Amino acid sequence: MPNQPILEHLWIIPLLPLLGATINGLFGARWPNKIVNTVALSATGLSFLSALEAVREFLAYYEQMHQAFRKEFFDWIFTGAAAGNFRVGFDLQMDQLTVVMVLVVTGVGFLIHIYSTGYMAHEGGYYRFFSYLNLFMFFMLILVLAANYVLLFVGWEGVGLASYLLIGFYFLKKSASDAGKKAFIVNRIGDFGFMLGMFLLFRKFNTLDFSQLFAAVEKSGLPAEGWGVFGIFTVASLLLFMGATGKSAQLPLYVWLPDAMEGPTPVSALIHAATMVTAGVYVVARSHILFQHSETALVVVAVVGCATALFAATIGLVQTDIKRVLAYSTVSQLGYMFLACGVDAFGAGIFHLMTHAFFKALLFLAAGSVIHAMGGEQDMRHMGGLSSKIKVTYWTMLIATIAIAGFPPLAGFFSKDAILFGAFTVDGESGGNGGHILYAIGLLTALLTSFYMFRLVFLTFHGKQRYDEHHVHVHESPWSMLGPLVVLAVLSVVGGWVAAPALWGGKDHFTLFLSPIFAAHEATGLSEAAAHSLELILAGVAIAAATLGLLTAFWLYLRQPGKPAQFAKSLQPVYKTLLNKYYVDELYAATVVRPLVWISDHVLWKIVDVEAIDGTVNGIAQGATAVGDRVRRTQSGNARSYATWVVVGALVVIVILFWPTLRPMIGMVTK
Amino acid sequence: MVPTQYYLILSAILFGLGVVAFVFRRNIITIFMSIELMLNAVNLSFVAFSQAMPATKGHNLDGQIFVLFVIVVAAAEAAVGLGIIILTARNRQSLNVERVDLLKL
Amino acid sequence: MSAPLVIFFVLAALAVIGAISLILQKHPIHSALSLIVVMVALAGLYLLIGAEFVAAVQIIVYGGAIMVLFVLVIMLLNAGEEERTNFSKLAKFGGLPLALALTGLLAATMTKHGASVANPETAGTLAPTGQISTLLFTTFVYPFELTSFLILVAIMGALVLAQREKS
Repeated sequence: MPNQPILEHLWIIPLLPLLGATINGLFGARWPNKIVNTVALSATGLSFLSALEAVREFLAYYEQMHQAFRKEFFDWIFTGAAAGNFRVGFDLQMDQLTVVMVLVVTGVGFLIHIYSTGYMAHEGGYYRFFSYLNLFMFFMLILVLAANYVLLFVGWEGVGLASYLLIGFYFLKKSASDAGKKAFIVNRIGDFGFMLGMFLLFRKFNTLDFSQLFAAVEKSGLPAEGWGVFGIFTVASLLLFMGATGKSAQLPLYVWLPDAMEGPTPVSALIHAATMVTAGVYVVARSHILFQHSETALVVVAVVGCATALFAATIGLVQTDIKRVLAYSTVSQLGYMFLACGVDAFGAGIFHLMTHAFFKALLFLAAGSVIHAMGGEQDMRHMGGLSSKIKVTYWTMLIATIAIAGFPPLAGFFSKDAILFGAFTVDGESGGNGGHILYAIGLLTALLTSFYMFRLVFLTFHGKQRYDEHHVHVHESPWSMLGPLVVLAVLSVVGGWVAAPALWGGKDHFTLFLSPIFAAHEATGLSEAAAHSLELILAGVAIAAATLGLLTAFWLYLRQPGKPAQFAKSLQPVYKTLLNKYYVDELYAATVVRPLVWISDHVLWKIVDVEAIDGTVNGIAQGATAVGDRVRRTQSGNARSYATWVVVGALVVIVILFWPTLRPMIGMVTK
Repeated sequence: MVPTQYYLILSAILFGLGVVAFVFRRNIITIFMSIELMLNAVNLSFVAFSQAMPATKGHNLDGQIFVLFVIVVAAAEAAVGLGIIILTARNRQSLNVERVDLLKL
Repeated sequence: MSAPLVIFFVLAALAVIGAISLILQKHPIHSALSLIVVMVALAGLYLLIGAEFVAAVQIIVYGGAIMVLFVLVIMLLNAGEEERTNFSKLAKFGGLPLALALTGLLAATMTKHGASVANPETAGTLAPTGQISTLLFTTFVYPFELTSFLILVAIMGALVLAQREKS
């Protein structure tokens, strides 16, 4: 075995951020910002370098061994034979999917850490922020490196915790702490499904380790379950997907993500765009064998993803807060990723995960730069005409917008196109027509995406200046913030080029790279040439849709700035529904939150707590008092009663001492 | 000869009467006298046993010695006890035992 | 009916009557005199058994010293007839049955094991006082000395208790 120092000690990748978190958490309060920076950045940076080295070693390893790398470090849970010899260990693994995830997490994470040193420079609780950020990195790396479901779940819960801590970073602000709670609670609901899925899988296959579980699935020879059949694969997959909807903000558990914008912008970039929300997609991709055995699950995933994509895009059309638009955009793009998984194009989904990480993180960071430049203003209606003033921010944001809209040759084009092609050519019992419908909705969403993203750019950077020069001093951000923007912009441009050769008949290198894990999506019923030309046609349609969106936004917001307001007035009910996010939050509050609060108040508090528990405790006290009261009467101070008691005592003593003698006499007396 | 049981039964009767007096009388001095009565009853049974027990040679006199000690102790107790009664009577202005009830909850 | 038995019953009856009188008399002085009767009867019973020294000590110490002390205290305190208070329900209702039960139990227990025949060797003879004194100063010398100490303490106690209050 060639020298594999990092692979042998794979735990070093997550451990470094954990160390950074602990050191900053324990000692950072007294340190100046520079030292906190050094600790946090070196932790993440070294982790990124270790990840690079691990990837290099893995590629060499794979050349030789042609299998995933897996190493067990120590036993965490182990039972004896009585419980089926169940073992869960701290096992880490590395395969091609992990390569993508770990590089995205550490790379983008590192860039965002650098950005945060500039963005958070004047904030209180500086050390706390970096401690939490490093803690998040630790859990996320555990999640992607885990070799079994239980360890993955540890990371899953941990990122939920880090998300809660970071969303509620400005905890003195009620809306922020409420948003943190909301995120955590909604996540928990999804986690419930995730856990049930894990239990089911364990019950059926007696293991939760990835390699063992998937091998057992193959070996068991259980048939794939068709549409409507609710066998083990369907139920387990749907339960796992329930967890994914919570973590990755799909219908119906997406409601926490827009509120999560209360957190600082780097948090939104890292957690709610690039990494944590993609954990759901990762889990679905990792469990693809389970999903592929169940048609129902795949359909559900595709439909939910597609519906969420459209749903969120429509809400994003009318939002005025720059971060909210990006939040709904994230929900929408995550929907695309799930759509890809649902049409059995897992490689495309992961590809979009990677490119989305680049341009979404860039979008958020650039938005943060804008907010920083505007001195804290987040409402786009009070911006405008900034393009000449904050040039670097403007250009990087423009690049990101072009990428997300899907214009070639930027990254978003290739990944989104792969997804739409996969949807169009999906096969299966309900394929064909169903796939076409999904494609149509996906295309419509692409149009809307292009529209609202360019709306964002035009409102923010172009047009008339809608703020007061005297109150807001627009200034460009420091290079600690601009540097990562530039890097991410470059990545947004070139990130998709690994798949570019497919356009002119070559190989899609990204899917090729992932092929050991996901079989490449085949367009059945079509020859290779026909498939290729179909792909080009669909690509052209997509570009046309994006262009249409761009032109519409251009016309509405630059040429005829009064038109949007007119549309809003003429379509008042539609506008209001969209503005109020389809009243989903209000619906949840009325149907779920209020009954729960009522039960807590009237049943659990008034009856269980006050009457039962307090009653019991007080009752015991009262009982003791009552007994004491009775017993007290014996201490009357009356000597005669004491004398009588002495006689009683003497009687008792005699009876006890002379019982053998007295016993037969009782018999005699009663006869 | 008088069987020992008769003495023992008499002793028990006297003891019981002493207990009755102890419980029912209210004058402290009378109660004290009932205690003396009980002691006497016990002395009687001691002496009765001393007559009945075998000895290595001659009389078994352990019981009678014991009685002597009991009498001495009774005397000492009477002396001190009556002193206390005098003090209590001065303090409470009454010889009714039921009036001496300060030690209560 | 042999003579000792008759004497026994007479003396026993006298003792019991005296005890009952102790219970029923209203004035403590009458109770004291009843007690003296009981003690004299018991002295006679001791004599019947053959314990002459004990009988003598009973009369001298009990009757002549302790009871005199009692009578003196009654006179000193000018004890009158008892007032009839009844604060204790337990004593009033439970006292008699309990006492009866106690008596019965005691009688039953003691007679069950008691030897029915006196020591044949010494039946009818008086216990020699010399032997008592020998025992007292040899085998029982420690208790003897302790009791003398006890009497000393009692005297001191009585003196302290009876002191006049320092005004």
